[in-house]
Amino acid sequence: MKVPYIAWLTFREARRRRLLLVGLVLGLAFLVLYGLGFYFLHRDILRASQAEGNGPGPLAAREMSNTFTMMGLYAVNFLVVMVTVLSSVDTISGEIASHSIQSIVTKPLARWEVLLGKWLGYALMVSATVLFLAGGVLLISFLISGFVANNLIAGLILMMMVGWVLLTLTLLGGTLFSTITNGVLVCMLFILAFMGGWTEQVGAAIHNDTALNIGIVSSLIMPTEALWRRAAALMQPSSLIGLFNSPFISTSVPSPAMVIYAVIYAAVALGVAVWVFQQRDL
Amino acid sequence: MTGPSDLAIRAEGLRKEYGRTVAVANLNLAVERGEVFGFLGPNGAGKTTSLKMFLGLVRPTAGAAHILGSTPSDWHSRTRVGFLPEHFRFQEWLRAAEFLEVHAHLYGVAPAVSRQRVPELLELTGLARHADKPLRDFSKGMLQRIGLAQALLNEPELVFLDEPTSGLDPLGRRLVRDIIRSLRARGITVFLNSHLLSEIEVTCDRVAFIRQGEVVQTGRLDELLAAGAEVELRLEGLSPESMQGLSRFGPCEKLDAGRLVVRLESEAQVPDLVAWLSAQGVRIYSVIPRRLSLEEFFMRVMEGEEAG
Repeated sequence: MKVPYIAWLTFREARRRRLLLVGLVLGLAFLVLYGLGFYFLHRDILRASQAEGNGPGPLAAREMSNTFTMMGLYAVNFLVVMVTVLSSVDTISGEIASHSIQSIVTKPLARWEVLLGKWLGYALMVSATVLFLAGGVLLISFLISGFVANNLIAGLILMMMVGWVLLTLTLLGGTLFSTITNGVLVCMLFILAFMGGWTEQVGAAIHNDTALNIGIVSSLIMPTEALWRRAAALMQPSSLIGLFNSPFISTSVPSPAMVIYAVIYAAVALGVAVWVFQQRDL
Repeated sequence: MTGPSDLAIRAEGLRKEYGRTVAVANLNLAVERGEVFGFLGPNGAGKTTSLKMFLGLVRPTAGAAHILGSTPSDWHSRTRVGFLPEHFRFQEWLRAAEFLEVHAHLYGVAPAVSRQRVPELLELTGLARHADKPLRDFSKGMLQRIGLAQALLNEPELVFLDEPTSGLDPLGRRLVRDIIRSLRARGITVFLNSHLLSEIEVTCDRVAFIRQGEVVQTGRLDELLAAGAEVELRLEGLSPESMQGLSRFGPCEKLDAGRLVVRLESEAQVPDLVAWLSAQGVRIYSVIPRRLSLEEFFMRVMEGEEAG
């Protein structure tokens, strides 16, 4: 069983190529920027409320912390998407193109072990990225304002799932297409889901069924946006949902069925990727 | 009669089509254990595709192959197989020694064994000085050497070498040749893909000539080359009748007065030829056997096929 070893090699490659170092440094930069922004905004809101003499409105302060935290997580979601696609887009197709895959798959191991090992290695790195960035955002918010998001664990897992789904799709693309085609394809699908998600939001707000259905279909084609919106909805205090209109508050919250669908979606994509990789000439 | 499991490689009617292009038409081959087997043919003849089918990299369209008694798709048998790919691109982010350790692990070599074998192989391939150098800083020839070391990590019973001397300087070529010889001495089967005839000539026991995806001739190298033997004769007193009579031994070619070349079926005809000439009263000054070089033989096989 060489899956863990291939996963370890994937991790080692990322470290050796300085991917981890760059990720860590830029991630820290992102968190510092977020912390500074939050700190000063939070301070000014408190001051403004106190200057008016009637103390900070608890709801207004909470809403501000919530919105700012969600904004941070929204950015993290985008970062995770980019990091996932960019780091894994070349892994299979690039090794096929450079023939370096030949020296791996002619060793005494099954091809599915290579693919699953790579999946595991990247999935762990993506999860670590979410923990680091989203965890950092949540921790900073808590330290500055005492804000605690709801359903922390479920929210973080859903954010990781966005990365896992994209990773799986990218690996599948890598077994089928060249690196560039694969990258374009996965990014297009992500953007499609993103647009669909917004169409659904607007549709829900103005009660337009066609727009709602466009959103649902796009989520079926690519469930990443739905996963993020469910994560965002779960993490916000229920008292705030529906009170304010913001891009981070979902008017149409994806159901748990969508999460199950995303799991099946990823599992099928991984299965197809393994099948294609087992069959194809290298 | 040797059973299939006694063979290192057996191919029966292997065929590979890429769309409408036929890369390998109908490959039949039997390589015995312990042989150094040369696979010869012009570029694009299907050598690499055949080898990829043996290694399970490419699925045959038709036919079957057996490697050390099991099918190429059964990866368990690859613990006993080593492979140097033609495009020796490896994980360039690894250092030389690390690279060998990683591949030893992939072969399933125990870490204790690998710790001992990696330095040995670096030494063998002349890379001991570069153990800590990243592969991205390696030259083409150095990559070729480390690729060869990689193919020997598991002490294989069968080694596939695809163009192992391309990109190597004369020193490197001799190294490869020496390594192949030492493998043969240890009873290891070597399957050598090459279009460099001089390499094949000095290292191989048997060869197969492949053309347009089909084996056109197989045999022991010494026999093949002796079979097409030519003799150069220096004679005196050869009458036109005798000259005509000579042609029963094979086609004759007159070089200049008193010197001619006869292309015989085999070396075994030489004594008969001499006896016949003596009986004709021809004075024989010298009989010089001209063994074919592999290159001449190769050209003859390929041209013969073309004519046929």
